[in-house]
Amino acid sequence: MRVMERQGNAPPDDVPVVLAREGHHGPVIHAANRAARMDGIHPGSRVVDMRAICPELQVEFADVAGDHAALERLVLWARRWCPWSARDGDDGLILDTTGADHLWGGEAAMLVEMETQLSLLGLTARLAVAPTWGAAWALARFGPVRSICGPDEAYFKLGPLPVSGLRLESKTLLLLRRLGLKTIGAVMDVPRLSLTRRFVKAGLAANPLMRLDQALGKLAEPVSSVDAKPVIRAHARLAEPIFDPTPHLPELCEDLCAQLKHAGLGCRRLHLTVFKTDGDVSHVDVATSAPTRDPTHLHSLFRDKVERINPGFGFDLITLAAGAIEEMQDKQSRLDGGADDDLHLTRLIDRLSAKFGPRAVTRPVLRQSHVPERAEALVAALADVGDDAAVLTKERPLRLLDHPEEVRVLYAVPEGPPAQFIWRRQTHRVVRYAGPERIAPEWWKDRPGTRLRDYFKVEDQAGLRLWLYREGLHEDGRGGDPRWFVHGMFA
Amino acid sequence: MRCTLSEVFPNTPADPSALGFALSRLPRSHAPILWVQDRLSRKEAGRPALAGISGERPIIMVDLSRAADVLWAMEDGLRCRTLGAVIGEVWGDPPALDFTATKRLALRAEAADVPCWLIRRAASPDLSAARDRWRIASLPSAPHPHDRQAPGAPRWWLDLFRSRRVKPGTWVATYDRAADRLHLAAPTRDRAMDAGDGTAGQRAAG
Repeated sequence: MRVMERQGNAPPDDVPVVLAREGHHGPVIHAANRAARMDGIHPGSRVVDMRAICPELQVEFADVAGDHAALERLVLWARRWCPWSARDGDDGLILDTTGADHLWGGEAAMLVEMETQLSLLGLTARLAVAPTWGAAWALARFGPVRSICGPDEAYFKLGPLPVSGLRLESKTLLLLRRLGLKTIGAVMDVPRLSLTRRFVKAGLAANPLMRLDQALGKLAEPVSSVDAKPVIRAHARLAEPIFDPTPHLPELCEDLCAQLKHAGLGCRRLHLTVFKTDGDVSHVDVATSAPTRDPTHLHSLFRDKVERINPGFGFDLITLAAGAIEEMQDKQSRLDGGADDDLHLTRLIDRLSAKFGPRAVTRPVLRQSHVPERAEALVAALADVGDDAAVLTKERPLRLLDHPEEVRVLYAVPEGPPAQFIWRRQTHRVVRYAGPERIAPEWWKDRPGTRLRDYFKVEDQAGLRLWLYREGLHEDGRGGDPRWFVHGMFA
Repeated sequence: MRCTLSEVFPNTPADPSALGFALSRLPRSHAPILWVQDRLSRKEAGRPALAGISGERPIIMVDLSRAADVLWAMEDGLRCRTLGAVIGEVWGDPPALDFTATKRLALRAEAADVPCWLIRRAASPDLSAARDRWRIASLPSAPHPHDRQAPGAPRWWLDLFRSRRVKPGTWVATYDRAADRLHLAAPTRDRAMDAGDGTAGQRAAG
């Protein structure tokens, strides 16, 4: 079965549109629509080359991770037809419909029903029923529309299909094409002994004999299904429309946490959904930094957030759903039954992130870089930090300015920092200085033409200790005279 | 000594000595520091650079825009006993930072036994419930042991102008970065000229 992702506002069919992804040498084509394929554009080639073939080509960037997540959801959605489904590569689903087809009136009727339902989602699907995974893969991609393959027909149905239908890697396909084996039937006709001898060391993805055995059912290939995550949700159905959900929140939180506790789970996200009487829906989402199932804590995260809901004409259904569910065990860290102290820190961070946004609460960590702006990175407050902490050898200032501030040099000295300069409209006279410490630009990150910096620790007449740097050198061919900046302050 | 709320008023807004002083007074531990900054402090005085802060305490930075939010975050942080310290930076004299707000912070800090430092730049020392109130300014640094031309260990002029626990006073502090120690000394200056000093000198010369 093959699923081509299509957006809701799809471009017209007669315009060639491709999706691109980043390749080693610029963007390459990820997928193409029918008009583009008719023009000879095939996935895997570079966008610039294909623009030469087809100048009116429209290029959009593909959302590979989003497609992947959508496919994972579609695997669970497809459980409506059979209880056993799995993802097949990046673009397919495999359903084990054994014993389920008669519920839909036979295999042909089931395929029609599947295609209808998928097209209602805006997806184009190519479907096939076959006794094995490999045969279904080949028939869906290269066979006739909605082809149905009986238990002993695989040998005849696969015969005329191209060898690409054997799920082989491209090197092996090239080899088979050079050997003159163009169809699966041609591979079947080769004596088994010769194929075994030729591909004895090849792995599964490069071995046409094993792939052929899988497609014909001589080699077992089980489908391992994934379990759907439990949906944990609490409702409050109201007899009369109300305007403020706050009185119902504690009860909903307790109900939800009781369900989580029963399942031994904790949640890191909460979605509060309010269904209004006029059919409108409002959402409030909160997140926690560690899995939790404490109703009072979860309730406190909604403080100041519920007021943002516009009640309209009131609402009569409130749903609280738990997202990002993880396993969670109760831990007792002290003998007298007291809870873990770290828990309070995670709760503090949750409260701060819920009120001020997750971007406001961060944790700086040291990085391996000599450039001061890059020596520090901000990570999430409770993220795991690796042990590869950078070792500091030079004295660094206590405070760094986000943007270095340029100073006006009053009295320049050929070597060393300026004897006098104006910074923030005040004249500073340099009494003592240390340096220079030269920091070269990182050519693998910086733009070409970035100038090196000579850092000085200077002390002015009042005792203010500044970290001053000169950007560039005289006559270094990267711009005019070097400029001076204040970058930080020492204690 | 119990942990409580202390206020520091730097002499000039860009002066980082207040920060160095507050960090030098924190108890040595690996407990994280909650560091709350408002927007103007961050813009005018920069952000704390991890590379310059000695010790291995993790820092949780909270970047906010209003002073009222800074006080809210500090108060919330003081409920958490796991923290090693709470440091807040407030610019100017916002109306939210009144006597009641400082009293709440002081009581919370004493209840949780977490040191709390409020660094107030470009502010006037109005009514406040802080238990210790300091004024601080940078002084020319101590001589460098190996290089006469280079600045050495930082020196600060400290003025404890109001305190509940100790006698107020003025000191010159030298911070030893390697040992993380603060040496306090009484300020010394030249004595005022006596009326007879000049004539005695002239006579000796003549």
